[in-house]
Amino acid sequence: MTFNIYDFTSFNRWIDEGLNSIMSPTWALITEMAIIGIVFLLFYAVVGLFLVYAERKVCAFMQNRVGPNRVGPYGIFQTIADFIKLLMKELVYIKDSDKLLFNIAPFIVIIASFMALSAVPFAKGLHAIDFDIGILYVIAVSSLGVVGILLAGWSSNNKYSLIGAMRSGAQIVSYELSVGLSLLTIIVLAGTMQFSEIVEMQRNGWFIFKGHIPAIIAFIVFLIASTAETNRGPFDLAEAESELTAGFHTEYSGIKFAFFFLAEYMNMFLVASIAATVFWGGWMPFHVSGWAGFNTIMDYIPPLVWYFGKTAFIIWLMMLFKWTFPRLRIDQLLTLEWKYLLPINLVNILFMAFLVLMHWHF
Amino acid sequence: MKEIINLPVSKIEEEEYHINMGPQHPSTHGVLRLLVSLQGEIVKSLKPHCGYIHRGIEKMCEKDTYPQVIHLTDRMDYLSAHINNHAVCLLVEKALEIEVPERVKYIRTIMDELTRIQSHQLWWSSFGMDLGGLTCFFYGLRDREMILDIWEETTGSRFLQSYNCPGGVMRDIHPNFQKKVHAFIKTFKKKIKDYDRILSGNVIFENRSQGVGILSKEDAISYGVTGPSGRGSGWSCDIRKIEPYSMYGQVHFNEVLRYECDTYSRYMVRMQEMHESMNIIEQLIDNIPAGDHSAKMKAVIKLPAGEYFQRVESARGELDVYVVSDGNKTPYRMKFRTPSFTNLGVLDHISRGMKIADLVAIGASLDLVIPDIDR
Repeated sequence: MTFNIYDFTSFNRWIDEGLNSIMSPTWALITEMAIIGIVFLLFYAVVGLFLVYAERKVCAFMQNRVGPNRVGPYGIFQTIADFIKLLMKELVYIKDSDKLLFNIAPFIVIIASFMALSAVPFAKGLHAIDFDIGILYVIAVSSLGVVGILLAGWSSNNKYSLIGAMRSGAQIVSYELSVGLSLLTIIVLAGTMQFSEIVEMQRNGWFIFKGHIPAIIAFIVFLIASTAETNRGPFDLAEAESELTAGFHTEYSGIKFAFFFLAEYMNMFLVASIAATVFWGGWMPFHVSGWAGFNTIMDYIPPLVWYFGKTAFIIWLMMLFKWTFPRLRIDQLLTLEWKYLLPINLVNILFMAFLVLMHWHF
Repeated sequence: MKEIINLPVSKIEEEEYHINMGPQHPSTHGVLRLLVSLQGEIVKSLKPHCGYIHRGIEKMCEKDTYPQVIHLTDRMDYLSAHINNHAVCLLVEKALEIEVPERVKYIRTIMDELTRIQSHQLWWSSFGMDLGGLTCFFYGLRDREMILDIWEETTGSRFLQSYNCPGGVMRDIHPNFQKKVHAFIKTFKKKIKDYDRILSGNVIFENRSQGVGILSKEDAISYGVTGPSGRGSGWSCDIRKIEPYSMYGQVHFNEVLRYECDTYSRYMVRMQEMHESMNIIEQLIDNIPAGDHSAKMKAVIKLPAGEYFQRVESARGELDVYVVSDGNKTPYRMKFRTPSFTNLGVLDHISRGMKIADLVAIGASLDLVIPDIDR
């Protein structure tokens, strides 16, 4: 076995061959699926809990506060304590609510973010599935989450929830366009939808530098649209705690509420990692073509560090948005998308196509 | 749900539904209940239901002596507690024809303006929070803490001071008072720029507040919307200018008036009023004359039989106190005209046709304090 922190391909092959040698190929496949499932569940929980902690600390930093500092050193076990508390809370059932839809809504939301996460490459060879239509798959799957939000709002039998769900529907359907189109801009440059190839193509320069002006525009649009798509920051109209108390999850309690809560943070992690992968090279180190010595030094930093560093930076940006800006109104939100972001995006794609045709990119 | 599904489409569009905003709701700032009729997101009409925190203060006043009444007025508009006290004290002094020492007038005026600043700070904090900018809340409370500390030292209480008493103030100011007020003004002049940077100049905030909740000058006058809310509609209604009391006749300050008549103009009036208040304090703080902190008063205060009336400018608008005395040590009848109650009346009128989010912004811009509505 050759465990290499820079390349997980041989490690994966070692597991695969090992399993195949002791059981039939069908059982080996099932075992692999189970392993990946468990690893993802653990990863999901750890990242979710860490992001909640990080958000509370960033928010405290923005607001001249200390943040959680009682449970464990620097309060790092605060979110775990909160999570245990939520697990033990009573699940309140609402009279006249649609029981079936009410119960499956949190699962739809969490499954959507879970499925999308499986296509993300964390390092070389470290991804669950490497689709050749990776980006299309992620866009398709991550937008399933809105179904869960709509169901939650509809089945709660609460007018606040219903208004929140209506807002969320209008919002996510609109901003899905901008997310798709801004990723399409990079697909025009890359010529592929496969995540591993997209990362590989950024070996001698990330796409945000290669595609210069249109890529930067696409990145900014993606950042705005994906913040809106995750129901965060200035676009948290579906929750809008000062208007709708808690929006679509007003009636949820205990672990079901925790599912919505975790899904929000995992969606944030997801869009940040897609932004990092597509625009900032994913796990690929920072390379400048021609500077051989510099590139070698950069290569010594493990890919996982690069990947999580970039993702963390984008998550940090999204947290700053949330704690700085006031919330938009629903009509202003839709105006921003349909009158500004969408036309900018369409022109930007044409610009990028022209750029690629004329070989003006690096 | 089922009935709505079976309705023909055209009828669904006409269908209005009702939402109870409150008594427990994050942006009603207390136990106010608004019965809102909505069509989709648009507010068709709303009915305020008050009385959830009604304590019968006016009736309670009838069995209390005048010094005791002062403690009750704290509990009406808790954010301008000192100004409420001031109103009752001025009324008693007017009725007994007592001339209070100059020092008292200075202290009362400075305290009034500190009250106004901290009230506006808390209003700014919750205004930002209602619009979704949670960071504003902590900025405002952080700076308000300095004023509360000043009060704690001098009056012994951070919130409901009951510092005024008929004839003067309870006790003399703390030796640190002037120093601390200077320090506060110096700090806050820097900090208030942050307020503008995080909220006033923000493009989202401007879009959310400009052109929202138009209250014309005529409506402001006919509904009796006083204070910063009325001045945001260009109505000059500052009692400090119209009927100066304490030191207001002798200090220079501008009455802040804006003419856009929307939520943004009501916002800007309060922001500029904080500057004006600091301006007033700066004129007075170094010149507090020496002397007694209270006039000589009889042990039992009895107002001569008759009717008495006093108006002051509280942080939210015009506060009127009306007393009918039958010569006893307790008032025969007492009536407060509180600014929040009259300001609430206009909410239905100016929020019709607006969105739910606008309703929250308009409600915040009127700066309602619920115990002040219910008394």
